[in-house]
Amino acid sequence: MAEIIFRTQGVTKVYDTGQVKVHALAGVDLKLFEAELTVLLGPSGSGKSTLLNILGGLDHVTDGRVWFKDTELTNMSDRGLTRYRRDHVGFVFQFYNLVPSLTARENVQLVTDVAPDPMPAEEALELVGLGSRMNHFPSEMSGGEQQRVAIARAIAKRPQILLCDEPTGALDSTTGVQVLEVLNDINERIGTTTVVITHNAEIQRMAHRVIFFQDGKISEVRVNEHRIAPSEIVW
Amino acid sequence: MQAIDKKLLKDFQRLWMQAIAIALVLACGVAILLTSVGMYKAMSETRTAYYERNRFADVFAEAKRAPDSLMAEIALIDGVISAEAQISGYATLDLPGLTRTAVGRILSLPETMPPALNVPLLVSGRFPDPVHTDEVVVNAPFAESNGFKQGDRFSANLRGQRRELIIVGTVLSPEFVYTIGPGALLPDNEAFGIIWMSERAAAAAFDMTGAFNYVSMALASGVQSQPVIDEVDRLLEPYGGLGAYDRSDHISNAFLDSELTELRGMAMILPPIFFGIAGFLVSMVMGRIITLERSQIGLLKAIGYSDIEICIHYLMLAGLIAVFGVLLGWTAGTILARAMAGLYAQFFNFPYVIFRVSYWVYAATGLVGIATTSIGAMQAALKAARLAPAVAMQPPAPPRFKHSRVDKAIMHLRLSQSTVMILRSLLRWPVRSFLTSLGLALAVASVCAATFINDALDEIIDHAFHQTNRQDAMLLFADEVPEAALEDARNLPGVLLAESQQYQPAVLRRGHLTKRVAVEARRPGSDLSRVLDKDGEVLDFSPGGIVLSLRLADHLEVGLGDTIEVEFLTGRRETVEVVVSQVVELYFGLGAYMDFEYLNALFRQAPRVSTVNITLDETQLDALHRAVKDTPEISGIIEMNVNRRAFQETIERNMLVMNAIYIGIAILITIGVTYNAARIQLSERAREMASLRILGFGRGEVSYILIGEMMLIAVIAQPFGWLIGAGIARLMTNAFTSDLFAIPLVLKPSTFSTASLVVLGAALASVLIVRRRLDRLDLVAVMKTRE
Repeated sequence: MAEIIFRTQGVTKVYDTGQVKVHALAGVDLKLFEAELTVLLGPSGSGKSTLLNILGGLDHVTDGRVWFKDTELTNMSDRGLTRYRRDHVGFVFQFYNLVPSLTARENVQLVTDVAPDPMPAEEALELVGLGSRMNHFPSEMSGGEQQRVAIARAIAKRPQILLCDEPTGALDSTTGVQVLEVLNDINERIGTTTVVITHNAEIQRMAHRVIFFQDGKISEVRVNEHRIAPSEIVW
Repeated sequence: MQAIDKKLLKDFQRLWMQAIAIALVLACGVAILLTSVGMYKAMSETRTAYYERNRFADVFAEAKRAPDSLMAEIALIDGVISAEAQISGYATLDLPGLTRTAVGRILSLPETMPPALNVPLLVSGRFPDPVHTDEVVVNAPFAESNGFKQGDRFSANLRGQRRELIIVGTVLSPEFVYTIGPGALLPDNEAFGIIWMSERAAAAAFDMTGAFNYVSMALASGVQSQPVIDEVDRLLEPYGGLGAYDRSDHISNAFLDSELTELRGMAMILPPIFFGIAGFLVSMVMGRIITLERSQIGLLKAIGYSDIEICIHYLMLAGLIAVFGVLLGWTAGTILARAMAGLYAQFFNFPYVIFRVSYWVYAATGLVGIATTSIGAMQAALKAARLAPAVAMQPPAPPRFKHSRVDKAIMHLRLSQSTVMILRSLLRWPVRSFLTSLGLALAVASVCAATFINDALDEIIDHAFHQTNRQDAMLLFADEVPEAALEDARNLPGVLLAESQQYQPAVLRRGHLTKRVAVEARRPGSDLSRVLDKDGEVLDFSPGGIVLSLRLADHLEVGLGDTIEVEFLTGRRETVEVVVSQVVELYFGLGAYMDFEYLNALFRQAPRVSTVNITLDETQLDALHRAVKDTPEISGIIEMNVNRRAFQETIERNMLVMNAIYIGIAILITIGVTYNAARIQLSERAREMASLRILGFGRGEVSYILIGEMMLIAVIAQPFGWLIGAGIARLMTNAFTSDLFAIPLVLKPSTFSTASLVVLGAALASVLIVRRRLDRLDLVAVMKTRE
């Protein structure tokens, strides 16, 4: 069995807005395994993104504990979390969040300049199929291309984990599939542990493992015996 | 209150820091405009009223001794509506409790009071009784400085006669709004007073029975003064006329004129800069707000708000900032005007409280302030009005960056991505970067323009007191005396060195250009009072030539080697032609110099002296003053270090205030510009910066982009600021140059470095305040919102 990469124990997250307390996570125990592609599914507000942010070192838990391998993230300082993100985590968001003043290559170089053992920016862009569009600015690219640059940027540092929050949310079906293919390809070729949040139930069919969320809790964990290729997914 | 108005107030509340930064800049403009226009109006109106009510004359003339009968002829000159003869002279005074020698200007009062012209206004007591020749009135500031009350006595040395005088009243006169003694640089009310006595008393003292030596004339309105001056000169010539002059050459009025010119200059130069910057800031901030509120604008339109309502809504937001700024400006302006009134009161002696800023000035400055911000907000407001609702609800297209040639150069430099982001952003919005830089350059210029004066004044003091006028004191003679008097001067107590100097009033003429000056002469090799050329070498004057100050040469439009006419107003009153042998830079007065022997030869007389320059044994100063008070030939003594100290103290105090104001202004401009620019950057780039943080960039690395871009703009602004500052300094030296003094353009590296330090420091502080917001950025929230 593969090694455990993330482990959580009774994680809760409460957002205190002053008048109401929102329980975003209400006791989550979870294990994620190395080199797997995991899909988190569930309705809006069920706690998927909150969990992803905690795993990615963007947020702290209210209660409970979180480990990345043997390192406990639970009470890590802001500086420690920055270091952790820099060295181990790659993020992909629904809105691509590219720097408009930098070309595709330069956007990737943002990461390769600071990461300890990056791949060349060109290689990362080749991996997402954008070798020929490296010198284009974001405003000169389509949505799918921009999202692929964002993925290239995320994987260029050779992260151990790639966290994707609705990576196809802003894309049409054809471009969405292209992006999923890139994610799948990277997971298979480099063995990057990948976590994908989605609303789209079809996408679960390409995952190793699917985790269902409901009201801040995990309602079900399912392991896919038969995965399908992203190209077979339609929506 | 309608919902949209509530939104307005909420927006204003949210923007309060930016609003304050803009309002402060606007307030500066309003305050300075209010103060300068208000003071200008108040001063000029008061002057007009005072001159009119107390019948200040239009033309003045001095002579040696003219018969009273000549007055009938003077009164008949075309255009003269009234003329009055007076007896005028100087006397050394022995004031109780004052060791130094004071000097009094004596003026006669006519037998039949009140005088026709230059009517003194009684402040306390009464006018002298013509029968009691020891009764006098003195100018109020003199009495006040010496603590004189009615009935107090002091003694005066009137042409060798020591006379006890009784003060029966104090007055103010339109002729002495600015009272400055002979040879002094600033008013010294303690040691220089104006003394009015009855005509009988003055005639007896100065041997002027049936004669006069000072005449004032009022002209009918619209009459040119020059023909009258020519006619008066012609009539007085046989009686030792010293050349008539009009109000513009009247010393008290000339100082007032130069002050009014300065105030007008202040109103014209500074406020437009502030209004311009405030307008730019409003336009920048409003532009950003409208980008941010794009979808809200679309929504408002979809609900049914009209284009005009939307436009007005955003104009009102700018209007609120304007109202805030104008109110601040009025408050500061009122305080500033009061402070300046205090400053003026030290120098100008007006009889009534005049420093009142009228309501229309408030109204006008308020309107200008509101108009400025409206113009600044107009473009953004119109853009909001023009947005089609369907388009407005869509997110705006991402900013387009393109590969330019500069961009390729940047890529070749292999800079870090953060630095590339900074540089591309500057190039992507060149107008905005330029205007931001210009704003900061103006802040730098403002400090340069204020602090260069310090160095200029040091230069003046060094030049005037350490290089050229090195004597400890000057002894003034009532009339020229034979040079043998030099020996007598050497024998006075405490005198170490004594050198002679001569002054001859003359009119210099070149074509239609003329100027009335005192031609100075001294023996070659004189060490105490010297004239230096621009290399600092001592100049000796060649016979047949004349050395002119640069301002005098400019006025006469002559240069080296040109010939001018010199019409002497004393002696045989001859006119000679001389060659301009040298032009020198001088900071005080209009200098004209000739060789001592040559000048006396022109007068066909044995060498004579008008003043003696001396160096002193300071321990014997009191004894010297006692001796001077008892020497009838000496009409006064000027102590140079008293002069210098007074000059330095007054100037330093004023400079301190002025520097503080200008540096404060520069800091306000810098904060206004930098804070707003950084806030806008942060707002535009929050997503970018959050991305970088998520990618693993530390806070410092991300702040580098924000701080780096702002500070790069600030650094780029420096050389422009220095240039503009040097330009303003040049304008100021030109504007402040008058017949009375000149300010040299001295620009030292320290002026520029101080300005840069102030502005860069304030810029860094402002951007660090914004950085704190960057640190508090909610990464997740920013990343999850659609742009």
